[in-house]
Amino acid sequence: MGVRYFGAEVRRVEDPKLITGRGQYLDDLPIAGVVHAAFVRSPHAHARIQRIDTAAAKSTPGVIAVYTAEDFGDVARRTLPHMVPVAIVKQPLNYQPLAHSEVCHVGVPVAVVVGKTRALAEDAASLVNVDYEVLPAIIDWRRALDANAPRAHSGTPDNLVGALHGRFGSVEDVFAKAPHVFAERFETHRGGCHSMECRGVAAMMDPFGNGLTVWTSTQAPHMIRRLIADHLGRDERTVRVIAPDVGGGFGPKCAFYPEEVVIPLAAIELGLPVKWVEDRHEHFLSTTQQRDQSWDLEVAADLNGRLLAVRGRCIHDNGGYVPYGLVAAVTSLSAFPGPYALEAVDIKLDVVFTNLIPNTPVRGAGRPTTCFVLERLADRVARELSIDPADVRRRSFVRKEQFPYPTGMKARDGSLVTYDSGDYHGCLEAVLELGGANFDERRTEALAQGRYIGRGIASYVEDTGLAPFEGASVRVEPTGRVVVQTGAASQGQGHATMFAQICADILGVRIEDITVEAADTALFPLGIGAIASRTAVTAGSSVHQASLAVRKKAIKVASELLEAAEGDLELEDGVVRVVGAPGLNVPLGQIAAKLNGMSGIPMFQGIEPGLASTAFYEARKTTFANGTHLVEVEVDIDTGRVKILRYIVGHDCGRLINPMLVDGQVRGGVVHGIGNALFERVQHDEQGQPMAVNYSDYLLPTAPEVPRIEIIHIESPSPLNPIGVKGAGEGGTIPAAAGVIAAVEDALRPFNVRITEHPVSPARIRELIRLGQAD
Amino acid sequence: MSYTERVQLTVNGQAQEAEVESRTHLADFLRHQLRLTGTHVGCEHGVCGACTVVVDGVPVRSCLMFAAQANGCTVTTVEGLASKDGVLHPLQQAFWNNHGLQCGFCTPGMMMTLVAYLQENPNADEDDIRDAISGNICRCTGYETIVNAALDAAQVMRERI
Ligand code: FES
Ligand code: FES
Repeated sequence: MGVRYFGAEVRRVEDPKLITGRGQYLDDLPIAGVVHAAFVRSPHAHARIQRIDTAAAKSTPGVIAVYTAEDFGDVARRTLPHMVPVAIVKQPLNYQPLAHSEVCHVGVPVAVVVGKTRALAEDAASLVNVDYEVLPAIIDWRRALDANAPRAHSGTPDNLVGALHGRFGSVEDVFAKAPHVFAERFETHRGGCHSMECRGVAAMMDPFGNGLTVWTSTQAPHMIRRLIADHLGRDERTVRVIAPDVGGGFGPKCAFYPEEVVIPLAAIELGLPVKWVEDRHEHFLSTTQQRDQSWDLEVAADLNGRLLAVRGRCIHDNGGYVPYGLVAAVTSLSAFPGPYALEAVDIKLDVVFTNLIPNTPVRGAGRPTTCFVLERLADRVARELSIDPADVRRRSFVRKEQFPYPTGMKARDGSLVTYDSGDYHGCLEAVLELGGANFDERRTEALAQGRYIGRGIASYVEDTGLAPFEGASVRVEPTGRVVVQTGAASQGQGHATMFAQICADILGVRIEDITVEAADTALFPLGIGAIASRTAVTAGSSVHQASLAVRKKAIKVASELLEAAEGDLELEDGVVRVVGAPGLNVPLGQIAAKLNGMSGIPMFQGIEPGLASTAFYEARKTTFANGTHLVEVEVDIDTGRVKILRYIVGHDCGRLINPMLVDGQVRGGVVHGIGNALFERVQHDEQGQPMAVNYSDYLLPTAPEVPRIEIIHIESPSPLNPIGVKGAGEGGTIPAAAGVIAAVEDALRPFNVRITEHPVSPARIRELIRLGQAD
Repeated sequence: MSYTERVQLTVNGQAQEAEVESRTHLADFLRHQLRLTGTHVGCEHGVCGACTVVVDGVPVRSCLMFAAQANGCTVTTVEGLASKDGVLHPLQQAFWNNHGLQCGFCTPGMMMTLVAYLQENPNADEDDIRDAISGNICRCTGYETIVNAALDAAQVMRERI
């Protein structure tokens, strides 16, 4: 089979409709007769609901209904089912669809108004009167485990969500014998999701029968179906969930939200299609974020600066509810030991409740903050021992010949975490070479002109291709059109193009001849979700396997039709033909027509009907991508402004299906990480009121702040899947904050500044300079 | 209590006449009354740029303008970028060729900002373009491929003049 598409920079099949304004995002769907919902949300971080008066709202013209928890009975009082119910969650306190008696962060939905238009529904929502008894709130996660700390949920014994502990090796021995030990305290912060399309849900009952259709701007339609069915006590077959075009996800659109139950409930109650579209203000108040961690760590190193061991503790802010298990925290823990061949690790991670929006994975999940602390520790060792930070990495990395490399950590199923393949030194040397060896000179020259430039590097390993599976089916229609169906949803990654590339090569067709259908539970029976950089590995491998099976079947049937041996046949340009006798051929469409059956005509012996196949590639083991980023910055010491002068990425995600798409993932990821390093901070006051609820106060990176990003690919194929790929969705973000902050610290060397936090604002940089000078 | 106004305007070359609520902003009017859903709303407070359309030759945030204010105006939205026979505008073609979009949600606003900008500034360089789109947020691409697309399109547009 000729490879024409796999590995090529193929233009996306998704684009023509999106560039002409024909995308169909949730709010664009022409749902006939739809009515509109607006939510009433808690204005307090922690309060008891005493009374809700909906009379004024109900009598507003244009209002169709107003619902509170009381109106939905038991269904509204039960807490939502958990996405990832795991035993380590000690107190699995989740949302109710509408809060019944207590609200645990600002923005929790307490009532919903349905009106003829959104504007009318919003007008009426402002007339819903809720009496609250304000309760003490716990906002500072560092204090959440203090004996006298207010409880995030009243009546609970403490604020502990769960305590995690990861360790291997003889930590005490390694630390006792190590010639160098350094301690450091870190505070890391992530921001929000800020997909440009906010969330949204629409639902309607089928006009006939008992089916419920839900459209939701989600990353995981099949999981949402399971949870809706579970909560409403329905058979899954009576719930269809569709993710239309989705305008970005980045993690938080994978969570299961109260609105995804309330809107269906309203639609069932009213017998009308109901739609709710989150506005940006609501996004700041209700879409999950990834939040704060504080770390107390020690690193042990040998005389040459080789890293030996890390130990310490992290307090991890969970926010007010646990909709998503402990995935954010678990991925922080399992990101140890990063790319380093450590002898021992011992990390305790306490996950605590606060009265803030839940913490669930945002691009990179828990990995970027762990990468930040590990990389900052590596830099600390370099600084203390006066050696090149690159040398600390060179001496400490897992070496190429060590793969497969068991790190010592245990996976969720108890097995040993094993890095499958990679070339950590390769990525590091590649970015250093491109970055140029003369940086020290340039820095000295710049200093002589009163300019402060600095350079940082940051390396990472990312577990990708998360278990268990993502399936795909491939079918040829009598017209010759190939239809690929999968449960894997897309939020802009270009999955359809990637699947079409894989399939087209195997079936010898053009990608224009392939239609990819995804993210509709009625089209494909099972699915997990587009999370954890897993779609290329899981669904990509399934498309590969299903395409191979279709090809095999086509050749088998063609051999009967053409009366030729299978070995003499080739499949090119959508036609099976006899090698050397191109006149003897049969198009795929014709084979499909035969296999679709004709009344009275028996099928071929031993061949199942339909030119189609379904595969579920099972990701039993994790593939590990890796890379190193190199960042150069200039800091204006008067204003504190940071300008990124150069950004180089050495990236290894195994075989590249479409380098252009991978580069897009990397660049977008890096810029997200630049936001985490310099701009994005979710601020709250002491009562838990969010201080930044619009884009004037919450800063996202825009084009002038962002540099060009130079990318070098190293391909260490994964031995674990048939196409040798690893995930690429989050690697750009993981080391970016670490790299940017390292570069800023390096630029501020003359002021003796150490940076152990992110983000750093210009004001904070000026403060750090002052503090450094005072030392 | 809702007040309404009667508006007459030209949208993508077509005359339109409609009754609008006074408080309806132009983006909602285009999207929900005219069903031109290619114009997106990302913030509704004038920062993200997703709702940008061209009004009388000038890029405008349609979430910050009342539909009633567009009375008598000529409006172009993303749906009006390609020629009637479906030939893509150089910007659309360049966004496609350069992978200038991922989720595509910011894309119509980006293109409408750029189409007006490049007409005025056909010789714009990279820095100019980055400034020109500094009021358009994209969470997916990291902007580089958008800048590449704009530079590409500028060249094609220059050659056409
Ligand atoms: S929606 Fe108009 S600027 Fe964001
Ligand atoms: S392409 Fe998704 S926001 Fe720009």
